[in-house]
Amino acid sequence: MSDIASSSFVRQDLLTERPAPVKTTGFVGLMRTRLFNSPTNILLTIVGALLLWFTIVPSVRFLMVDAVWSGKDRAACLTENAGFAVGACWPYIQAKLPQLIYGFYPEAERWRVNLTFVLAVVLLVPLLVPRLPAKGLNASLFFVAFPVVAFFLLHGGGIKGFGLSWTAGLLELFDDSIIGAGQALLSSSKTSAVGPLLWLVGNFIVLVGTAIHWLILPLTWLRDQIQGAGQSVWTDFAVTAAVVCLIAFGLGGGLRAGGRALASSIFAFVAIAAVIKLMGLDRGGLPVVATNLWGGLLVTLVVSVTGIVTSLPIGVALALGRRSTIPLIRIFSIAFIEFWRGVPLITVLFFATYMLPLFLPGNFSVDGLVRALIGIALFTGAYQAENVRGGLAAIPRGQGEAAAALGLSWWKTTSLIVLPQALRHVIPNLVNSFISLFKDTSLVSIVALFDLLGSLRASFSDPKWSTPSTAFTGFAFAGVIYFIFCFGMSRYSLFVEHRLNAHRRN
Amino acid sequence: MSTEARKPPPQIALKIRRLLGGKAGWNGVAVQFAFAAVLGWIGYEIVSNARANLENQHIAAGFGFLRNNAGFDVNQTLISYTGSDTFLRVFVVGLLNTLIVSVVGIVFATLIGFIVALCRLSPNWLLSRVGEIYVETIRNLPLLFQILFWYLAVLAALPNPRQSISLLGIAFISNRGLVIPSPIGGSGLEPFLAMLALGIVASLALRFYARRALFQEGRMIRIWPYVLGLLFGLPLATILVTGLPFTFELPHLKGFNFAGGSRIIPEFVALALALSTYTAAFIAEIVRAGILSVHKGQMEAGSSLGLSRGTTLRLIVVPQAMRVIVPPLTNQYLNLTKNSSLAVAIGYPDLVSVFAGTSLSQTGQAIEIIAMTMGIYLLISLLTSAIMSVYGWRVSRSLGA
Repeated sequence: MSDIASSSFVRQDLLTERPAPVKTTGFVGLMRTRLFNSPTNILLTIVGALLLWFTIVPSVRFLMVDAVWSGKDRAACLTENAGFAVGACWPYIQAKLPQLIYGFYPEAERWRVNLTFVLAVVLLVPLLVPRLPAKGLNASLFFVAFPVVAFFLLHGGGIKGFGLSWTAGLLELFDDSIIGAGQALLSSSKTSAVGPLLWLVGNFIVLVGTAIHWLILPLTWLRDQIQGAGQSVWTDFAVTAAVVCLIAFGLGGGLRAGGRALASSIFAFVAIAAVIKLMGLDRGGLPVVATNLWGGLLVTLVVSVTGIVTSLPIGVALALGRRSTIPLIRIFSIAFIEFWRGVPLITVLFFATYMLPLFLPGNFSVDGLVRALIGIALFTGAYQAENVRGGLAAIPRGQGEAAAALGLSWWKTTSLIVLPQALRHVIPNLVNSFISLFKDTSLVSIVALFDLLGSLRASFSDPKWSTPSTAFTGFAFAGVIYFIFCFGMSRYSLFVEHRLNAHRRN
Repeated sequence: MSTEARKPPPQIALKIRRLLGGKAGWNGVAVQFAFAAVLGWIGYEIVSNARANLENQHIAAGFGFLRNNAGFDVNQTLISYTGSDTFLRVFVVGLLNTLIVSVVGIVFATLIGFIVALCRLSPNWLLSRVGEIYVETIRNLPLLFQILFWYLAVLAALPNPRQSISLLGIAFISNRGLVIPSPIGGSGLEPFLAMLALGIVASLALRFYARRALFQEGRMIRIWPYVLGLLFGLPLATILVTGLPFTFELPHLKGFNFAGGSRIIPEFVALALALSTYTAAFIAEIVRAGILSVHKGQMEAGSSLGLSRGTTLRLIVVPQAMRVIVPPLTNQYLNLTKNSSLAVAIGYPDLVSVFAGTSLSQTGQAIEIIAMTMGIYLLISLLTSAIMSVYGWRVSRSLGA
């Protein structure tokens, strides 16, 4: 036993402590591993630090340290009066703030703009938080009801009729145009080489037009009766509500299952009536503020929100058209998308400003803002179409085939199975398009609309505030606003992307 | 005995149906007829309204106005142009101005973009943060904002020509723009250019020969000393024989402005600067994504084959990254070209500014002018996408092979 014990070794004294391992976490670790671990890296760190030093320090000095914070006019922001090299001239922003936000919107009516902003935020925030319920109702309120209410709030004015009058008027216009086209063909058939053919086609078109005229006669007659009597808006509203509710009831499944559709349409009409009553639309509504008085951030937001709301349906329609199996529709969609994607937005705005009025009937004048909106909607719609198409392509064929096997029609397959999945897939891309749309709204200042950038540029020419630092101050202010909106949207898009890819992470 | 396979029935009706209506069959045909009718109706409305409106405004439709005298001046022209030239020449002048600013913008955007991408990929923490700040700031501000910022704030704040900032005494920056030395051709210009062209052709031929030798016979030929000699030695030798090919005329102050040298207008500087820095932020993201898309194993496989780090990057990583980078990069070049139309906001005489702006307001020929402007941009983008689809086809073919 003893020699085993003697041959075995038992350490008697403690080893000296080994030094702690090199720290690889925390600030020290970061410096050690990613800033100063090699000569090259030390050099790069110095270069980076110098870059930051020469950009951030002057900016902070300009914006905060050397800034002038109060004053009445340019005198406060001049170096000889302030006694130091003046940086940002903030009183200039204070004086121009109303112009930068509202443009020339009358001061007494600015509460309407504020109310619209509040409404937009109240409707938009719950839409963006994924956890909150009732997304369908919320989305329909934001995308359908809000634009209408916002129009009557911002622009003002009332309505003279309702659904029935509008439908009748529209159909009449359409019918007149058809008959006009037929008569033009008939008159040109006398001189043309293919006269008999033109005569035949012209006669046929006139016949169709006359048939439509007799078909819509009850509608126009009813319209004239309603317009003749007093309280035309409410009578028209009641008739429209009754007709639409009946149709919804019938399509929703009649006595068997139509109760739900009936209830929701009655609810919608009650809400519309409440809005009409509340805003006094039947009695002329709020005082009209013409769009040439709008300006600043208001125009930027109006253009971008309208662009977002209108471009999405256009994009979905074009994307479906591009994937359609019907040749003519597919070719048309491809040509349409590629055309708008191939030209710069500024030429589109020129097109909308100078060419569009020529294409409309002479007695039909379109507001300058609306023209720009049409141009932007078409342009962005084409880009959204490509985004949506990406989403459609990502849906496995099996989804559509399974829906077809269950006996769903094309419309039901598309709207209930394919589109919801496809749109969910491409939310990040859609938001990225919205960011570029938001940035592109600044282009409307080129076609004589005063958005944020246009108002800013206009404010530079005010001699009351012309100092060497005015331009820099103005750009700093507008830059911060643009950056907050765009950066916020891009973070949101990242957040959604992260959420959508949750199942792929481990 | 063998039985011949029966021929499939001709099914002519089915084929016609498929041809006319696609998968939707006769329903598709009906939809197409309705769609064509609606399109025809809209077309008819547009044509008849436009005709009536033009008649009311007493404007003669057609492209005849292109032969009329323009009667206005353009402050930057690459080809000779005076106010008595035609509108067609205005169109060409504007188009050339658009192209020159686009090319300059593309070159600088690519340079800055690659540098920023390398910063972002750098293992140095601080440098990658600097790259990130650059990309995030630039991408989240509108381009027009940046153009106006450079033009109205930065360039306008520069001193006047008398106090201009001198760059090594040869170029001067002031609020009137950038003045640089202009080259003046000397006696030795033609032999110099001829030798330069010869050198380039010979180097290309040499490279072709070396690649053939490498791929067919497995012989490595080191060609770079010869290429260097051909590209630099040959022209230098020509200069020694025939004299300097060109001399530079230096700008100097005379009165209140510079004389001599060539002046680059401030609008061009602002536009090129804004376009290149803006597009560079997008290019940086594209390049970064492309390099990150190459799997780490590729690099490791290269080094396990005994290739050096540089060779692995050059032969293995970059070619694979380029496949991912090139299509979106071309897209950005196209975007830059289209964005150069924002020149109209600061008065740089590009196509939109002089043709769709000044010429349109002088002649009122809205339809023709805007159609021509849109058409030329559409042509550029369709050409680019055609080239890109050829490139995509070649890439997929080389992947399949």
